Amino acid sequence: MTAISVKNVWKEYGEQVVLERINLEIAPRSFVALVGPSGCGKTTFLRMLLSEELPTRGEITIDGVPLSPEPGPDRGVVFQRYSVFPHLTVLGNVMLGAELRGSRLLGRLFGSSHRQARDDAAALLDAVGLSHALDKYPAQLSGGMQQRLALAQALIARPKVLLLDEPFGALDPGIRADVHKLMRQLWHQHPMSVVMVTHDLSEAFHLATRVIAFDRTRTLPEERLRYGACITNDIDVWPKRVAGQPDFGRDPAHLPSRDDPALDPGQSDRDDPADAA
Amino acid sequence: MRLINRRPDRSLWLILAVLPFLALLIAYAAGSAVRLAENPADKLLPGLTAFADAIDRMALEPDKRTGDILLWVDTGASLTRLVAGIAIAAAGGLLVGMLAGLLPLARAALSPFVTVVSMVPPLAVLPILFIVVGLGEASKITLIVIGVMPGLIRDLMLKIDDLPRQQLIKAQTLGANSWTIAIRVVLPQILPRLMDSIRLNLGPAWLFLISAEAIASESGLGYRIFLVRRYLAMDVILPYVAWITLLCFLMDWGLRAAQSRAFPWFDRARTGQ
Ligand SMILES: Nc1ncnc2c1ncn2[C@@H]1O[C@H](COP(=O)(O)OP(=O)(O)O)[C@@H](O)[C@H]1O
Ligand SMILES: [Mg+2]
Repeated sequence: MTAISVKNVWKEYGEQVVLERINLEIAPRSFVALVGPSGCGKTTFLRMLLSEELPTRGEITIDGVPLSPEPGPDRGVVFQRYSVFPHLTVLGNVMLGAELRGSRLLGRLFGSSHRQARDDAAALLDAVGLSHALDKYPAQLSGGMQQRLALAQALIARPKVLLLDEPFGALDPGIRADVHKLMRQLWHQHPMSVVMVTHDLSEAFHLATRVIAFDRTRTLPEERLRYGACITNDIDVWPKRVAGQPDFGRDPAHLPSRDDPALDPGQSDRDDPADAA
Repeated sequence: MRLINRRPDRSLWLILAVLPFLALLIAYAAGSAVRLAENPADKLLPGLTAFADAIDRMALEPDKRTGDILLWVDTGASLTRLVAGIAIAAAGGLLVGMLAGLLPLARAALSPFVTVVSMVPPLAVLPILFIVVGLGEASKITLIVIGVMPGLIRDLMLKIDDLPRQQLIKAQTLGANSWTIAIRVVLPQILPRLMDSIRLNLGPAWLFLISAEAIASESGLGYRIFLVRRYLAMDVILPYVAWITLLCFLMDWGLRAAQSRAFPWFDRARTGQ
């Protein structure tokens, strides 16, 4: 179980304060969506979680241990683009994680360990719906298939935390709905926390257990440089979602007795408040 | 229809492609005929029979003095030098380019130096090479290496910079170390680009080879054309130039073909399909 703790984190680029006073406790198995206007520092925050950038001030810990200063296999990532390797086939992209960890010298596996890695990768690719495309190269896949591949590639390394930066932002609406379903399923099945940046509020409420909004509170021109964005909203998504229990909340017995007017048992199968808006 | 939207079909394309070659041939034949009519002993624009004689003499019959067939001996000598030079330049360029492109520490040590070295005109170094390594094969191969390698290094560094940074991050999250990133992520993506780079450097490589052969050599295509220049032997020089051009063209074509065979993903990624 993986708890992420962000303590008074600031990020400055030279004169410019991008993020300030970020305090956040993320419970194990959460699915956190980060929303906010363009340029407010969502990607910057994710890059600090990834150790691609270091905080100017403050500290980030996972299970009480400070983040290592460079990216590692405890944190997986899917970017909006360029997440997969163009020179490897679909199968090769997913096997790569096992090969890199299994062979520090060649980055390749042979014999039975190669077969094992192949079978594991093929099984995961089957789960994300790519079993028909094992020998294709990424350039031959559609955008949605590429992101499915990127998810499988990240998950094969069994990360404790999966970081997503607008992973579905470039997809068509129909395809996006399919990938959302897959994403939720993967979160239920894999023992990880997810932090996803998105600019799509409906996507955030559709998938997450908790939605966190970043924004600038000082917007006068003379203040823009010296004041960064901070957390302006922190919403637990209702009805509650519980990792590993896809049906939680759909069963009236589980419905908590919170006096939320939007929540009558007749609507309990509706899991996306934003959709109604 | 606008001119920018008019495309030739297959047969028109062929006609248009052949046209400039044909025009050149006709212009030559006409010029040659005019000059030969005035002076049958003219050496500047020899006629087709003179070429046939020269080709027969150089490419098919053994030389009276040495017993070798000169064209093949020259071709063998030149290609050996050229391939050796390009191979060394490519291997060294790949090594240094990867180091400097991937490791910030190596880049700090190498990048300014390579930039300065690439500004040295290689031909100006040729006398130094003759003095230091002598007039043999080594000096000619070294000239090609000095002429081609700095450009290859700089090109590969830029190509590595152009790889999306997300790929390096991604590889680290999959458990790669610096070495496995180099051999599993960067090298396979850089090799097809190295082949592109070599194709662009074929012209300069031939330039350095022929220069070195012209100045000090006993064999080679460059040696031969500069030797027979003394007798104004255009009937030998022009077929040799055509032969060198053909060799260069075939090398370019061969590299292109090898690239698409060995790296089938590369074209797809480049054209986005
Ligand atoms: N490496 C960098 N150097 C300087 N400024 C940066 C750098 N990266 C991001 N920024 C600045 O930080 C701000 C937040 O960027 P980003 O995190 O990408 O926003 P978002 O992902 O929310 O759209 C932007 O104003 C951007 O210009
Ligand atoms: Mg962003």
